Amino acid sequence: MAESDNIVVETAEKIFSDLADPQTINNDKKDSWQAPLWQALSEAGLPLSWVPDDLGGSGASLADGFALLNAAGRFAVAVPLAETMLAGWLLSQAKIASPEGEMTVLPASPKDRITLDADGALSGRARGVPFAKAAKHFAVLAHGKDGVSIALVDASKGRFEAGLNVGYDHSDTVTLDKVQPVAIKPATKGFDQTTLMLMGGVARSLQIAGALESMLDISVRYSNERVAFEKKISKFQAVQHNLARLAGESAAALAAATSAADAIANAKAFNDEVYLEAASAKIRCAEAAEKGGGIAHQVHGAIGFTMEHILHRYSLRALAWRDDFGSESHWAVELGKLVANRGADELWPLVASR
Amino acid sequence: MTAALRFDPIRLPEKCEQLRKEVRAFLAEEIAAGTFDPHKPNREDTDAPEFSRRVGAKGWLGMTWPKKYGGQERSFLERYVVTEEMRVANAPTRRFFVADRQSGPVLLKYAPEHIKMDILPRICRGEICFAIGMSEPNSGSDLFAAKTRATKTDGGYLINGTKIWTSSAHIADYMIAIFRTSPATKENRRHGLTQFLVKMKQPGIKVNPIGQITGQFEFNEVVFTDFFVPDDHVLGEVDGAWKQATSELAYERSGPERFLETYYVLTELVRAVGPNPDTRSAEGIGRLVAQLHTMRRMSVSVAGMLQAGKEPVVEASIVKDIGTVWEQQLPHRVRDLAAFVEETATNRETLEQQLDFAIKTAPKLTIQGGTTEVLRGIIARGLGLR
Repeated sequence: MAESDNIVVETAEKIFSDLADPQTINNDKKDSWQAPLWQALSEAGLPLSWVPDDLGGSGASLADGFALLNAAGRFAVAVPLAETMLAGWLLSQAKIASPEGEMTVLPASPKDRITLDADGALSGRARGVPFAKAAKHFAVLAHGKDGVSIALVDASKGRFEAGLNVGYDHSDTVTLDKVQPVAIKPATKGFDQTTLMLMGGVARSLQIAGALESMLDISVRYSNERVAFEKKISKFQAVQHNLARLAGESAAALAAATSAADAIANAKAFNDEVYLEAASAKIRCAEAAEKGGGIAHQVHGAIGFTMEHILHRYSLRALAWRDDFGSESHWAVELGKLVANRGADELWPLVASR
Repeated sequence: MTAALRFDPIRLPEKCEQLRKEVRAFLAEEIAAGTFDPHKPNREDTDAPEFSRRVGAKGWLGMTWPKKYGGQERSFLERYVVTEEMRVANAPTRRFFVADRQSGPVLLKYAPEHIKMDILPRICRGEICFAIGMSEPNSGSDLFAAKTRATKTDGGYLINGTKIWTSSAHIADYMIAIFRTSPATKENRRHGLTQFLVKMKQPGIKVNPIGQITGQFEFNEVVFTDFFVPDDHVLGEVDGAWKQATSELAYERSGPERFLETYYVLTELVRAVGPNPDTRSAEGIGRLVAQLHTMRRMSVSVAGMLQAGKEPVVEASIVKDIGTVWEQQLPHRVRDLAAFVEETATNRETLEQQLDFAIKTAPKLTIQGGTTEVLRGIIARGLGLR
């Protein structure tokens, strides 16, 4: 597992351990842990990690921010940390300063589109927007006749249809109907909705990888405690082999996600190579969420199927995160088209370039 | 945290890319000269002695070894590039692959100096072929059940018994084998086996080819009858082979050959579907490419850890487990998608022939070099389950 070898991750892990211990927050039916957790994260400057100092953030590197998201996944953190980080990052792309408080990004699916009309107003419907109800502001990517713009929008101007994802976190439909933004600027050349989706997808991949690390950890621990047929279930070969496969899925997710994060952190442009890395991470991590999570549940038996047990905090969130910023099916089709379009003899050079 | 698995995003250094260009240019010349057909993995005879010498002349065999033994003192990551380019091109590497990957490093570590000086330069020149003598008729995954005896005699040992499933024994000049020098003890059933260097093509050794379900004859039964091995051919500690086995596994298990063995069918599928695939083909190809890319990134990560002097035994076992299962399933997933390829695709026949061979190859991939079951046992031990 990625040990905390940087100060951002160390800070975050301390806050998560103190204020978001999985068993403690799982027992808290009123979610009274959320406000103190968010306050501590904000005071440490973590939600605006990816926003430069002069735009109101803490100016951490992309790499440190990605490592922070991996740590957040290990705690299955259910506050809009990733969403606010992405929103701040998006606004920074157009040099728009980030306000304080929770944010999220619109759209959150490659299929949805927000349009910018001639009067400078934004319209459109975005489904599956994570933590939209909790957000004070939206960072919006909009299409106008002159291309792509990035806007900061007061969340109270949106119309909500509240929803929950598979992991019981808010995932809402937001409709903007001729909303005037707080600030709007054109995106830099080459920045488009696909860029945002790939970035969001890599964020989710790191969270899934983190959740799988924890699922492996608690499954191994449980198998070494639980006794059946007069021995620890970890001594049964069938259980051992299942856990070995879970380790494999966890390893694959971690490798794919950290590789994509490294690619983006060092990229000069979102070219085919970065596309391969980011799309692959989302596809492979989503597959690992299904296979790995399934094994974690199998090892736990009935207790893992209860609301009282913490396993579902990881397993269901990992499954839910598959859906955000393009599902694995979406990215597989897009990656397959890219590969086919480059031609058979260009496939290996693309893979080997990484 | 109980499990400390690490897969850091290691990148191949810049100098690897120059090397990659050189390897690709060399292979293109060999293909143009008719040495091998990259579209035909199912060739009858996979031995190519002249090709092996030309690879050696390029300095690509034993390339990580000390210069005094004929090596180049280059990095594992550079060797990785040579290996993966050869594999993807379906180059005939059989003659030198085992020696370069496995046997040479064992000799480097355990052979006496005069043997190293004699044999290692010849491996580097691509002149000699190695086999590995592990399995026996009643000892496969359970390595420590090996019974073939090495009985002490004047100046050496007399070998009696049978090794089996020995790849390339019919062409090999040498074998590195384990033989029983003492009975196992009550305390340690792994005790009593010793690693030896065996010079093949001698009286007292009989090699019997065994037909494989692919139609090829690559593995063999090797029968030893009062075969003499001199004392200086003992590799490492007498009765202590078990101590020597584990650290080598990381090299053997995590290389690109552990997920690229059937790769050619994916390339051919992409060719068959053309530049504008339907949704189902695109989705299928996209998933396979994502899985392949992930495998490779894991494998490169392990190569980077090896280069850094670490022994990532569990990580390497994970790479082989996931990699071999993947390359085993690949021909079947490609077949699923090939069902929708247009009748008019110009490479349809090539794809079908390749699938035919890959589907027959697939069952062995999760058996050779450590079965899935053995690997998962090692991973489980690494997780603290046994």
